[in-house]
Formats: sequence, structure tokens, C-alpha cells
Amino acid sequence: MSVKSNNPYSTIITGTGSAAPDRVLTNRDLENMVETSDEWIVSRTGIRERRILDRAFSAVDLSEQAARAALEAAGLSPEDVDLIIVATVTPDHPTPSNACLLQARLQANRAAAMDISAGCTGFTYALTTAHQFVCGGSCRNALVVGTEVLTRVTDWEDRGTCVLFGDGSGAVVLQPAPEGRGLIDYTLRSDGRGAELLLIPAGGSAMPATAETVAQRLHTVKMNGNEIFKFAARVVEESLQELLQGNGFQPSDLKALFLHQANLRIIEHIRKRLKLKPENVPVNIDRYGNTSSASIPILLDEEVRAGRITEGDLVSMIAFGAGLTWGGVLMRW
Amino acid sequence: MSVDAKVKGIISDQLEVAVEKLSMETTFEDIDADSLDIVELVMALEEEFDLEISDQEIENIKTVGDVIKYIESQV
Repeated sequence: MSVKSNNPYSTIITGTGSAAPDRVLTNRDLENMVETSDEWIVSRTGIRERRILDRAFSAVDLSEQAARAALEAAGLSPEDVDLIIVATVTPDHPTPSNACLLQARLQANRAAAMDISAGCTGFTYALTTAHQFVCGGSCRNALVVGTEVLTRVTDWEDRGTCVLFGDGSGAVVLQPAPEGRGLIDYTLRSDGRGAELLLIPAGGSAMPATAETVAQRLHTVKMNGNEIFKFAARVVEESLQELLQGNGFQPSDLKALFLHQANLRIIEHIRKRLKLKPENVPVNIDRYGNTSSASIPILLDEEVRAGRITEGDLVSMIAFGAGLTWGGVLMRW
Repeated sequence: MSVDAKVKGIISDQLEVAVEKLSMETTFEDIDADSLDIVELVMALEEEFDLEISDQEIENIKTVGDVIKYIESQV
């Protein structure tokens, strides 16, 4: 699915917010848990530390904090919100949705609320979905959130994956855009043939939770890292070129390229291929690890609050993940 | 240009090691290439020679000579 919006009526992000747990787990801490080393983790992933949510809290706690910050930045109160979409693969419960739990916390009682599951591309899917509702005129103030507590679905005995993931949340408010600003184009893609490359085998209807599935740690993320690396490097470049070339832009026109923070090596691979400067490809994976659907909105919030993204800047966000799914957006800030 | 020279050129570029240091017997361990370096190298080779190298084949690649022999068998 790829639709160029011919409607002059587009959408713009008017507020951002993010939240991360206080507890930091460093690579040194991990050295005491599995056979690994700070040097190994940094050289292969770029990750130095990640955040871990205390057991007393869950995904909705993080998303509430991020959502309140985004609403405040946009100058809205919760009762102004008419749509809430939460992207997550680690919801509080299989049902109801985290969007409904968040709605109750915020008392955003006018809103329709739903979750979207699209792996690490979840935020991009949620943002473009909200864009349709706002462009369609049925909604004016959409709250879009990416929230993950991946450390709850991490296999702490698998040194290949347990070093990768972290917890966090990022949120944006999406509203009708003034002329000449806002979302220019987007692309969303999936390839279900790659479902096995990155998945949590148990806990759904295919393999309900039993004492055995728990003992075999089948409720944790299983990933084929090499294949995902190749897939990511290919689809990120394709998606970005599609968005740029389709709209008459060059990579060098971008003020910021927000890539899903999965692995610094993937980010650097793309950056060099596109001949982009480090200052135009912000990175925070060193501090958060891979936070799945939360990674882009957290990074965006940090850059916006630091004043590095200002009105008129051309920005793109590109994500990829389980499904397989991938996609991105191009927007004039 | 021969496959041999092309492959050595790509390895030299990707892994930042002088071509003169690459022999058929050079292992990727010798030149400090980790698994992701090899994935990036494979991607560059796939692009240059317009072919696909599967995960199993990557497992069998230990030396520069393994890469050259594999590419020669495919083109």
C-alpha cells in the first residue's frame, strides 16, 4: 500500500513526548548475567545501556507519561483527543487494547482507541493510520503512541538477543496541517513470508501458554539476526529512495532521517550508502537499545526538544521489523 | 577484470584491508571481520554479481578463497 496524498489537506505533528524507565542496565551489568562483553556488544550493535521497567509498572504507565508530555507540547487537554492509536507488541494484556487502558488513564473519554501490531514498524503504521482519519475529516486531534516493554519478552539466557532490547515510549499529536507543511508522502509494506525470521512463538492461539512453553522460554523474542540485517539494509534504502525520488527530493535535502534504532551497524550502513552526514541521522541506540515501536518517537522527541528540528525542515522516518513489515513517512516540519 | 580481482577489491573496500594482504588462504578471522561484516560483504557481492547468497552458504565461507570459488561457480 502506498498512497500519495493529493488532498491538500494533510497532517502535521504538533507535539511530541517520550518516557523511559529510570533503571539503567549497562553492558557491564550484562557481563554478570550472560557470557558477553561490553566490547562485543558495542562493536556489533552500538548499544551501551538500555532501560528496564520495574516489575511494579507496565506498558500503560510508560505510554501515559509520554502521551501527557505530547499533549502538553501540543497545547491540548485529554478531552480534546478524538483518536488514540497505540503501536505495541508488548501490551499489558492480550485484550483489551493498551489504547483503551491509556484512554482511561488520560480520561480522554471522547476518543476512539485501538492498538496496532506491526512489529518495530508499528509507530509508522499507527502514524499513517491516524493520518487517514484526520485527512478524512472524522478526527482533528489524534494521539499516536509507540510503547514497548521488550525486557518482559526477552530471553535472558540468549546472549545473542538479550543485549539488544530496552523499554520506552514515545508519543505524538497529529492534527490538520497548514498549507505547505506536514506529511508529504508515506509508504507501508509487508511480507508475511518472513514471519519466522522474528517472532515470539508462544502465548497466542497457535501455542497457548503452558508450563512447558514457559520452561522452554517460547514466550520470548526469537530472531535470525543476519537475515534481518540484510532485509533491513535493503528495505530502508528502497523505502527512502521511493519517498524522496517520488517527490523530487535528494537524500541531502533531509534535515533529519529518523531510522528505527535496531542496530548502529544498520544505521551506519544506510547513512554511508546515502552519503548523509552524521548530524542528519540522529542516533540514541547507545542509550536505549532497540525499543521497537517506541524507538522513532523517542528519538524524534529528543531532537525536537533539543531544538534541532524546526519549522520548514524536511524529515523522514523509516522503520522495519517483525512481520516482516517496513515503511516510512516524509514530512515538512 | 577477473572474478578474483573483483572479489578482492570488494573485500578490501568493505573491510578496509589492503588488497596485497588478501590471499586465497586469508580467513575472515585473520582480518578481524565479525559476522555482521560478512553480512555486509555478502550484500556488496550480491549487488556486484547480481546473485543471492543464502544463509547456509554464508556459514561455509571462512576464507577469501571460499568466496572467490563460490562466486566463480555461480557466474
